[in-house]
Amino acid sequence: MERLGDALLLLVLLTDLALLVTDRLSGSIRLVALQGVLLGLAPLTLAHGASLHLAAIVAGTIAIKAVVLPRILLWAIREAEVRHERQPSIGHLPSLLLGLAVTGIAFLVAARLPALPGNSLPLLIPVALSTLMIGFLLLTSRRKALSQVLGYLVLENGIYLFGLTLADRLPLLVEMGVLLDVFVGALIMGLVVFQIQRELETLDSRELSQLTD
Amino acid sequence: MLLPALVLVPLLGALAAYLDRSTARRSLWIVVCAVLHFGLVALAWCLRPAPAGPGWLAFDPLGGLVLTLTSVVFLAVALYSVGYQRHERLRGGRAYASCLLAFLAAATVITLTRHFGLLWVAMEATTLATAPLIYDPADRRSLEAVWKYLVVCSVGIAVALLGIFFLATAQIAGGAATGRPLLLEDLLAAGPLLHPAWLRGSFVFVLIGFGTKMGLAPMHTWLPDAHGEAPSPISALLSGALLNLAFLAILRELAVLRAAGQGDFAGPLLVGFGLFSVAVAAAFLFGQGNYKRMLAYSSVEHMGILAVGAGLAGVATYGALLHVLSASLAKALLFLVAGNVWQATGTKRTREVTGLARRLPVSAALLVAGFLAISGSPPFGPFLSEFTLLTGAVRSGATGTVVALLTLQALIFISMGSAVLGMVLGRPAAGTTPAPRESLWLVAPPAALLALVLLLGVWLPEGLRQALAAAAVGIGGTAP
Repeated sequence: MERLGDALLLLVLLTDLALLVTDRLSGSIRLVALQGVLLGLAPLTLAHGASLHLAAIVAGTIAIKAVVLPRILLWAIREAEVRHERQPSIGHLPSLLLGLAVTGIAFLVAARLPALPGNSLPLLIPVALSTLMIGFLLLTSRRKALSQVLGYLVLENGIYLFGLTLADRLPLLVEMGVLLDVFVGALIMGLVVFQIQRELETLDSRELSQLTD
Repeated sequence: MLLPALVLVPLLGALAAYLDRSTARRSLWIVVCAVLHFGLVALAWCLRPAPAGPGWLAFDPLGGLVLTLTSVVFLAVALYSVGYQRHERLRGGRAYASCLLAFLAAATVITLTRHFGLLWVAMEATTLATAPLIYDPADRRSLEAVWKYLVVCSVGIAVALLGIFFLATAQIAGGAATGRPLLLEDLLAAGPLLHPAWLRGSFVFVLIGFGTKMGLAPMHTWLPDAHGEAPSPISALLSGALLNLAFLAILRELAVLRAAGQGDFAGPLLVGFGLFSVAVAAAFLFGQGNYKRMLAYSSVEHMGILAVGAGLAGVATYGALLHVLSASLAKALLFLVAGNVWQATGTKRTREVTGLARRLPVSAALLVAGFLAISGSPPFGPFLSEFTLLTGAVRSGATGTVVALLTLQALIFISMGSAVLGMVLGRPAAGTTPAPRESLWLVAPPAALLALVLLLGVWLPEGLRQALAAAAVGIGGTAP
């Protein structure tokens, strides 16, 4: 199971990097959905046996992160008729290089952290940290409000990965609550994205710069 | 049953208000739930109910104080909203009432919960419940404000979740003797058994994460926009209740660090963020041209003062807890009055508002009194709480911090004072329509808050003093 787990984590890292060089918004959304599936499967490779608790986490994560949220976001871009992330503030190559640099830093930092109890996957912490930082990178370097929602989801995924080591120690209620909050948060952000499109005829969040001192 | 009822009353009220089609009855739902909630809180102080669930909900002095404050501010906002909606139809309609009550339910969970995971879930729920309220004007400016609020606060709270995972890891790395994961009692009992490196990392992330929600600089960027653009009753609720809930979450984590002997690590961080917040507030208050943004930056200032007080421990922590109550009540009062000014003048620009003393005499008087209170002038509550905090700080040997705080506050006093005087004095701008008679709904709630602020300054009831002392001791402070 360990090797399978590390393979899953490597795929997560690859989706992170692919997101950095994807222009089409629908493509980015599908990558985030794929990441949701991978994240949903990850608890299986860490678990110490089957349980109802585990099944609920896997089903809940895949349903929300891989099915419901991507559908809502795809609906939002279809209604708003936007396809491309035009003119990202930084180009593909610099963006990818930055992503690789961040990944390198994540691996270095992870090597210096104290060992995580209950974790049998050596890649878990570095991939969690890289995903978190690449999410932040997407959030800050993209202009479209929708890309920023995706950045937030990727950042949240990084934190989720870290939480995997605690999966069977936390009460189910709390885990479901966290999932629900992320879901409603992304839903409301999707609605705001829709409003931004209606109000400004663009999804460029830089247009939102009237409030200054 | 009392503790679940405190959460269920507003939650069911939110559902009922959503199903109700009549605007007038929805206002009634809000007021009824607010009154019931307040009654239940009072009952909880008398009965001191036993913990409910598997130790997940409990009533302690620290949470109880913040819960009471939230309930009082909510009641004032609920009554004020009745009058506010007569002049300015809030667009949100059904969503407005439901989101307000859902916020109250989530806030109650934050103050009662003993589980850090549940605390996080409820904290994010408050962000989501208040977002539609901020967008209520439904114009481009409020759209920008709500977008910043959602993105900045959601990312902040996500960082806090990482901190909470670190906390659980510190517990697991400390061995089985540290008890059930993320339960406050077990964490406090485990104390030094917790793994120090994970615990320190946890505090940093929780401080940055919930500090974003609390409005500590430099993570405060959403705050002036959201407070400036939201309808005034919502601004009052954000400043008077929401920011304190985030502060409470940081205090819970601080208690764990102090119990684990890591207080020397946490203290300077809090003091640093606090002083920086006060400095940023002073810089942006200088020549601030929008009176609602002025009040928002004043909230950043007071959150900074709270962080300093909590970081210094000793009597300063007791002062900070008293300041939570007095400054929040004063700030809620000021935002409600700002709503009256906005409704009468239709502008948020400080320069365009003149002659309030003639146009809105009662609101003008409340504005001046509120300003004197929030700037720490006697005989109001914030004077007493800041005085306690600063003398406590001097006794802890933090004289430099005290000097810096006093200097910055003198600057803030001048900036805000000149703005308030300009608004109150002078002649009403030419061509303004005579203001309607000030409705009782719009002046009674802020006047009641002012009475409370004054009361806190001149007479501290013995029961309240004991509760404050117990709460301060619980987070590593001392009673004076």
